[in-house]
Amino acid sequence: MAGGREIKTKIKSVQNTRKVTRALEMVSASKIRKAQDLMKASRPYARLMRQAIGHIARANSEYKHPFMVERSEIKRVGYVIVSTDRGLCGGLNTNLFRNLLGQIRAWQDKGVEVDMVCIGQKASAYFRRLKVNMVGSVTHLGERPQIDQLIGVIKVMLDAYTDGRIDRLSLVYNDFVNTMTQKATVDQLLPLPPSDELTSTHSWDYLYEPDPASVLDHVLKRYVESLVYQATLENLASEHAARMVAMKSASDNATKAIGTLTLIYNKARQAAITQEISEIVGGAAAV
Amino acid sequence: MSTIRCDIVSAEKEIFHGNVSMVIATGEMGELGIAPRHAPLITRLKPGQVRLKLENGEEQFFYVSGGILEVQPQVVTVLADTAERAADLDEAAARKAKDEAERAIANRVDAMEIAEAQAQLAQALAQLQALEQLRRSLKH
Repeated sequence: MAGGREIKTKIKSVQNTRKVTRALEMVSASKIRKAQDLMKASRPYARLMRQAIGHIARANSEYKHPFMVERSEIKRVGYVIVSTDRGLCGGLNTNLFRNLLGQIRAWQDKGVEVDMVCIGQKASAYFRRLKVNMVGSVTHLGERPQIDQLIGVIKVMLDAYTDGRIDRLSLVYNDFVNTMTQKATVDQLLPLPPSDELTSTHSWDYLYEPDPASVLDHVLKRYVESLVYQATLENLASEHAARMVAMKSASDNATKAIGTLTLIYNKARQAAITQEISEIVGGAAAV
Repeated sequence: MSTIRCDIVSAEKEIFHGNVSMVIATGEMGELGIAPRHAPLITRLKPGQVRLKLENGEEQFFYVSGGILEVQPQVVTVLADTAERAADLDEAAARKAKDEAERAIANRVDAMEIAEAQAQLAQALAQLQALEQLRRSLKH
């Protein structure tokens, strides 16, 4: 029986692979709900923060915070990249990085250098090979990222911006649209993009306590932190969704492969039986 | 009695929203009582209580460990911090992030990773080839 045993072993091995992909698919399916809940729970903060920032942008303050002023010359740009810690999630990270690489090339062609901080194992593994300056990194955020895990990397970038080492800061992450769709997104964090509705009906300003500089500094830092945090949660939900889909198609492929292999095995068995019978018949005729 | 809308949120969840007749919080410069139609104001909060006087005269208390209070004539927003925050703590976190990056760069295992991936690829190709041959031999 030609290769019967080998095919059997192969079938076993594909079956084992399918078991693993099935399990991963189901784990992701349950985790995605939790990630979505987290994402939803943190949305009110982000929304109110954006609203407050909108108000601040519209207030007629004499003081202009450096985060709100566009710089005339750009010598260096910063990126905050949110990626996953683990792989096996389809093209999620790859698409994001490819998207970003295009931008980095464009900057480098103009003679602008790039600094970056990486959130998640995949980004830091990927970008350490490239000729970019990685100034900060945080990995292993787990299933429930906390904002204090992110403070460090954000502060690195905010300090660089305040000191004038970078002139622009952007945030790169996968936006969770729905389970089937995740969108690679690049948002500008600093300087604050000008808001659409700048025409206020009358001129007013806040009472700042104690003074505009320190209050705005505090608020804008919190604003950037909240955006990065929100992006991390979106990315987490995207990760589970992408993994679920990738593992589902892997399981389907495994099922197909098992079908084909079983067919080959049966044919081989049939051929062996036919051969044996004809040998017996041949043998009997000879006697 | 006139009321003002009040939202209290932290980065991780929504804590309160509804109409109240007064908000009392501990600002950096001292206690603040915000009644409806207060002038626009923005301030940092010190760790402490936020007290809400509800429409029906009841009071509700929340503890915040810091944050931002924003007052608009029709709405009061409290953006509460969840994490313990202090300048030196932030500094330590920033240093840790930098160290992590340096470690990631120093830790070059590229050659190993590539070798490993190539080995896996070779194995997969061999399996594929074997399968292909098997299929061909069966057809004949």
